[in-house]
Amino acid sequence: MQFLADFLPAGVAMHAPALIVVIPLIAAALAALMPNGRVAWIVALLTSAAVALLSLNLLGQVISEGVVSYHMGGWAPPLGIEYRVDMLNVALLLLVGFVGLLCVIYALPSVGDEIAENKQALFYSAFLVCFAGLLGVTITGDAFNVFVFLEISSISTYVLIAMGAGKDRRALTASYNYLILGTIGATFFVIGVGFLYMATGTLNMADMAAILEANGHNRVTQAAFAFIVVGLGLKAAMFPLHVWLPNAYAFAPNFVTAFLASTATKVAFYALIRFLFSVFHPDVSFVEMSFVWLFAVVGTIAMVVASLQAVFQTDARRLLAYSSVAQVGYMMLGLGMGTASGLSAGLLHLMNHALMKGALFMALGAFALNFGVRRVKDLAGMGKTMPASAMAFTIAGLSLVGVPLTVGFTSKWYLVTAALERGWWWAVAALMLSSLLALAYVARLLSAIWMDSPPSHHGELMQRRLAPWMVLVPMSILALANIYFFFHADPLVWLARAAADAVMGGH
Amino acid sequence: MWTPELSLALALAIPAIGGVFVALLGSRPNLREAATLIAAVLLAFNVAYLVEVAQGHPTLNLATLAPGLHLVFKLEPLGAIFAAVASGLWIVNSLYSIGYMRGNNEKNQTRFYVCFCIAIAAAMGVALSGNLLTMFLFYEVLTLSTYPLVTHKGDAKAKRGGAIYLSILLGTSIGLLLPAVIATHFLAGSTDFIAGGLLAVNEVTPAIASILLVLFAFGIGKAALMPVHPWLPNAMVAPTPVSALLHAVAVVKAGVFAMLKVGTYIFGPALIAVTPAADALAWIAGISIVLASVVAMTKDNLKARLAFSTVSQLSYVTLGVMLGSPLAMLGGALQIVMHAWGKITLFMSAGAIYTATGKTEISQMDGLGRYMPWLFIAYTVGALSIIGLPPLGGAWPKLFLLQGAWDSGHGLLMVALIASSILNVAYLLPLSARGFFSPPEEAQLKKQPPIMVILPPVITAAGVVVLFFLIGPLRDYLAPVFLSSTLAAEAAL
Repeated sequence: MQFLADFLPAGVAMHAPALIVVIPLIAAALAALMPNGRVAWIVALLTSAAVALLSLNLLGQVISEGVVSYHMGGWAPPLGIEYRVDMLNVALLLLVGFVGLLCVIYALPSVGDEIAENKQALFYSAFLVCFAGLLGVTITGDAFNVFVFLEISSISTYVLIAMGAGKDRRALTASYNYLILGTIGATFFVIGVGFLYMATGTLNMADMAAILEANGHNRVTQAAFAFIVVGLGLKAAMFPLHVWLPNAYAFAPNFVTAFLASTATKVAFYALIRFLFSVFHPDVSFVEMSFVWLFAVVGTIAMVVASLQAVFQTDARRLLAYSSVAQVGYMMLGLGMGTASGLSAGLLHLMNHALMKGALFMALGAFALNFGVRRVKDLAGMGKTMPASAMAFTIAGLSLVGVPLTVGFTSKWYLVTAALERGWWWAVAALMLSSLLALAYVARLLSAIWMDSPPSHHGELMQRRLAPWMVLVPMSILALANIYFFFHADPLVWLARAAADAVMGGH
Repeated sequence: MWTPELSLALALAIPAIGGVFVALLGSRPNLREAATLIAAVLLAFNVAYLVEVAQGHPTLNLATLAPGLHLVFKLEPLGAIFAAVASGLWIVNSLYSIGYMRGNNEKNQTRFYVCFCIAIAAAMGVALSGNLLTMFLFYEVLTLSTYPLVTHKGDAKAKRGGAIYLSILLGTSIGLLLPAVIATHFLAGSTDFIAGGLLAVNEVTPAIASILLVLFAFGIGKAALMPVHPWLPNAMVAPTPVSALLHAVAVVKAGVFAMLKVGTYIFGPALIAVTPAADALAWIAGISIVLASVVAMTKDNLKARLAFSTVSQLSYVTLGVMLGSPLAMLGGALQIVMHAWGKITLFMSAGAIYTATGKTEISQMDGLGRYMPWLFIAYTVGALSIIGLPPLGGAWPKLFLLQGAWDSGHGLLMVALIASSILNVAYLLPLSARGFFSPPEEAQLKKQPPIMVILPPVITAAGVVVLFFLIGPLRDYLAPVFLSSTLAAEAAL
């Protein structure tokens, strides 16, 4: 993979960590000035392509140089802001970059349908701000900077969700709920960071870790830990802090749902891992205790309860939203094992889940685009009327269940193996139970799509109508990636393993 | 040029490519059916070659998913025989399908033949798999590819049957079989099929072995061990050729074959003999054998009766595995072959009667034997073989199982075997008696049945007779599997 490091010019490569955040920020301002939605979309497309390339280049740099440390404005840490890229966050950057690119391609027809023409340029601008925020959270090595970017991404997300009001005004209350809860989360997080600053006198995460290790922990750092876990947990939709998520996903524009589901919660979850492993020490007693008694136990409950809730949903996007909460439970369980193999299994599932949910929400968006489908029963006959989208939906749906030939199987294999290594038979049982529930809710969707006949309109059956190619192509890429990475699990498994080692190995 | 490894790949490729051709030729039925038949014949020749070279254990790595996770084909005698049965009967069944599907003017015939090809490819995958992971993969493909066949009619009843079919088979495989596979991988570091038993070689304690054996026994839902059997009677909503080849041969036999393979190569006879759960499972199999036969007697619908008969007969194989004696396991292996030929004859007869008269209930079939004597003779031969009368193939597995039960100290289970044979007489032969001896009702035949639905059951009935005399070579071919694995396992323990 050595070649990856060299494909951008040295001057660009040197500043890649800064550019990956700065480019989308500048592009956001540009997009807002564009005369119409289509030109703004081109700006967004070029930006996300640039981000994808930069993330690939950063992967090459991390592989060849180890940790990449970039000093913002030349100010050396711990005083200056440091951007720090290791195997863990480069994996997330790749995920956000490439899934973001695919989502942007998908955006043109989808956004064109759902957002009023005069708001489209602003919509893309808000999206780019959110994009920059997510990348910023991922790349920064500064605790306060995490808060800033978290807020940047959150505030733009509130806007993006509220834009769904053009189709359904309930998007406004969904967005408002998320705004209240998201702000509470952000406040908790910043209080936690404040406490840590009080205890250590620094905001640089690596510096914090060193000082905490030297000085030991006290009530202040324990309180900081609690605030940070709750704050980030809210953003990551960790059960039972997930209540904002189902409505937000159900009423946001389809493009926003597809993008958020495959990136936003993942990034918050990354930040959590970063704090647990890189700032706090996993061997510290209260951190270690939180693994088993908070993450593993709550994750297991989420896997079962949220899946059960998903089974009984009538709105297709809400159904998948509850499924997402359950999938975050899988990641929490992997994290809660507190072993390198557990964490890497959780991270593998994090990446694989982005592939599944991206494809699923895109396909739902395609159904909505052509036929205005929202409810599960309205999916009837989509296998006949939109066969290609239905096929992509089916592949990703089977992946969600964990059927072999899909990546869902690979993540489950590694999660179960990690649970067995830990001797957690109950976790194996919960994983299987949750898979069966996933089978139940996916079967509901698939049987409507393939088995029911399309509804008739004035006595005539609904006609076949293919989705536009800009929807089909990114959706098919994601769906086929679900199969491709089953047969070539190596790159993702290696990445997850290297990412886990990057935070576990240092200790 | 023609290497065993190439032949392994072809076993998967021939039906898959056949499926592509069937799909492409969808608008021209005669060419489409020709594609199916050509694929079936080529596959049979290819498998015949594989049977010959199986002792050399050729191996083919299909894909490496990640370090330590491989998709592998590895040939051994059990798999070769299963592949031979499935591919041989595919030819006969394809002829029959053409007669049946055209005779009944079924819709979506192209989809039907394509799914059939995929299902056969998956059955080949199960037969040739070299480790549990590969077997699990093709096992699931087999479930998914047969679902459209089960729900072929597309009405509410077919959908309901299909939903039960899919939920039980996927539910047991994901909920029980998959954890068993992963736990095996975790305990042994691989999932390879090894002579003597992977777990025996890795010295797994009897307690852990018990848990795993229970997970495997119920996780392999296709083996239809009670109480995970309801998918099989519910799958009878499918067109009869599907019931005949898939639910008497490929799918259910893939289930018991997987059970046999797990018993032989993952546990090994010696480990099963000391695993406490095996005794309990042997009894559950015994109860399955008798209970399913009793239920079969209560069914008037011919296909439903045959379905419960299959549930009962499949448990013979499971029983053979759980007894843990090499002789009983050999009996189980032979049962896979013999029951396949017998039961496909019965199913094809049921479908031929339906094609000719539209009748599905046994009580309506009085006197039909006078109109279709060859068909009823074929049915009777098949039934007698299932019952276990010599000189028909079905006699041998019963004999070996009885001996195996006695040898392993389960004399009481012999009673279950004998009781089942008596029950078989009571539920299979009345149709023959009605057909030949009861006075016929008025206007029996709707139409003269096409030759394509009469000839295939006659061929398989003749095959049942031939198989009785082939026992010598068959035993010599299969016995080393169980004997050598017993020796190897004893050395390991």
